[in-house]
Amino acid sequence: MATAPEPKPFIARTWDYVTETQIWKSIFRHGMPDTNRNRVLVVMTNVFLHLHPVKIRKSGIRLKFTWCMGGLTFFLFLVETFTGLLLMFYYRPTVAYAYMDIVDLAEQVPLGIMREIHRWGAHAMVITVWLHMFRVFMTGSYKPPREFNWNVGVILLVLTLLLSFTGYLLPWDQLAIWAITVGSNMARATPLLGHEGPGAQLLVLGDVKMVHAGSDARFALLGGRFVGEGALLRFYVLHCVGIPLVAGILMAIHFWRVRKDGGISGPL
Amino acid sequence: MGAINAVKDAINFLTAPAIFISLAAVLFFIAVPRRAFWTRRVAMVGTILGALFVGVSMLDPDFALIVKKADNVPIVAMLFLVGFFLWLSLSQAHENDARIAAGEPPVEGTPREAEKTWVWPDLVYTEMLCMVIGMIVLVVWSLALAAPIEEPANPARTPNPSKAPWYFLGLQEMLVYFDPWLAGVVFPSLIIVGLMAIPYIDVNPKGNGYFTFKERKVEIMLFLFGFLILWVLLVLLGTFLRGPNWNFFGPYEYWDLHKLEALNNVNLSEYVFVKWTHLGLPRNMLLRELPGILAVLFYVGVLPGLLAFRHRILGLPIGLKKYYDRLGPWRYAVFVMLLLSMIALPIKMVLRWTLNLKYIIAMPEIFFNI
Repeated sequence: MATAPEPKPFIARTWDYVTETQIWKSIFRHGMPDTNRNRVLVVMTNVFLHLHPVKIRKSGIRLKFTWCMGGLTFFLFLVETFTGLLLMFYYRPTVAYAYMDIVDLAEQVPLGIMREIHRWGAHAMVITVWLHMFRVFMTGSYKPPREFNWNVGVILLVLTLLLSFTGYLLPWDQLAIWAITVGSNMARATPLLGHEGPGAQLLVLGDVKMVHAGSDARFALLGGRFVGEGALLRFYVLHCVGIPLVAGILMAIHFWRVRKDGGISGPL
Repeated sequence: MGAINAVKDAINFLTAPAIFISLAAVLFFIAVPRRAFWTRRVAMVGTILGALFVGVSMLDPDFALIVKKADNVPIVAMLFLVGFFLWLSLSQAHENDARIAAGEPPVEGTPREAEKTWVWPDLVYTEMLCMVIGMIVLVVWSLALAAPIEEPANPARTPNPSKAPWYFLGLQEMLVYFDPWLAGVVFPSLIIVGLMAIPYIDVNPKGNGYFTFKERKVEIMLFLFGFLILWVLLVLLGTFLRGPNWNFFGPYEYWDLHKLEALNNVNLSEYVFVKWTHLGLPRNMLLRELPGILAVLFYVGVLPGLLAFRHRILGLPIGLKKYYDRLGPWRYAVFVMLLLSMIALPIKMVLRWTLNLKYIIAMPEIFFNI
């Protein structure tokens, strides 16, 4: 008497059913990535995963080599984007509302940690991006053919600092405006372009000064002669739209070039 | 109590910028090239001592007040992380150097490591694990520590000290030695330009894709000196050791608003025309600053050429002829200008600490001070 084949468990049957539907098949054009063919397909047919190559050096995935600092930086960028979006629902970038909106977030939301995650994530991102640069330097990974990607990385590092700097102002408390005042005061001394910078006195038309407190680099940065309403709006727009947009494009180039320049670096 | 206070006083004394930076620089040059400093045992002892130092120091109210400031917590974490990753990179570098000296390939170059493996699942799995751990750390940190919010912004009340965001405090610390146009504009720009120039100046093909120290000693020493001493250490100094009026305060010192520091800094022109020759300061600005202008012109105009054609200068092995020959005139010109700009900071520091030199060129009339 032949025994009947054991019936598959419920979960497996459901799984089989779901993965056989037209909807599933239209999204995923390959089976489970447990065969080599499907492992290739899963990377090649996914817009996010295909920034990776299909195969990679073993030394390139050891944490002792990569420290995962670049990956963590990107992860933190995503965390900042998500928490930042939620914060934008509750925050109005005007002198009248900004501070109270932040206080409300702290006092009215039980167990609310969105602002905490956003702020500590930002600090962490500055640290991870430094450590990423440190690792890339120490493994000589900027050497040919990766010179250009190192440059993209340097710009991304600067953008990370600028993202953090513009965000620093938004709570509109004493910490915020004075840190930005100290930081932006430097722009006053820009050679030629700052009204207290060397050479600015040379830029005169007759006896009319072209570079003064109302027209210099600092004024352009702050949208005013001091850190006020104009600066708050300017920093808000740069923080939420301008810099993330540029950083996002550069990140795409950065990751793409990692792959195009031969994947993660290793001895030749 | 007397003994404890004596230790605290000693640490307060040792952390004064002149001593602290000098000691750190000496330790840097001794430790980085030597394998004996980058063993597991040294790492363990270092971690324990560091944790003990912070832990025990928390008993001191003045120390605790600064370190427990919510925004300063990540900086403490960063110091430990930088220490750990410095150890991780240099221990692997020295290990690889020993292997290369024995005729073996570096660890990253062994056939087992050079073998290719699948991105899915091997790499994707590691990435996911890092993400999960990162998320857990972030959530725990956020639950434990509230984001700071101070009094509402008040443009009429300047806090003392007023500090830039923590990652710019190295630049703010530079303001002690240079004017804003240099410390706040020119040098930050040069840091960015300098970083971007690295791959084009460094023509050494070795050490691409693996940790090594011996094969790229000079590059690593220069980069680490900039990163560790001129950046991270100055951030530490600016965060924890600078109080009201940007005066120095030891880690166990109360931030006294009324602490008085003698300001007896002297310009080079005053040294030349008053102290040394007793001629009196000339009326004409350019004449007055002539010694400084000549010194700066020598530094940026003559010195690069001098260095390019000598192996040794005054018997010291500081000539750069080797690099001039290897890099050619254009690469060398960029390299030497970046190098001299970077070294200008320690030079100015030493001149300030030893001679109380304020400005080499002082032309406040046109906001041009160096």
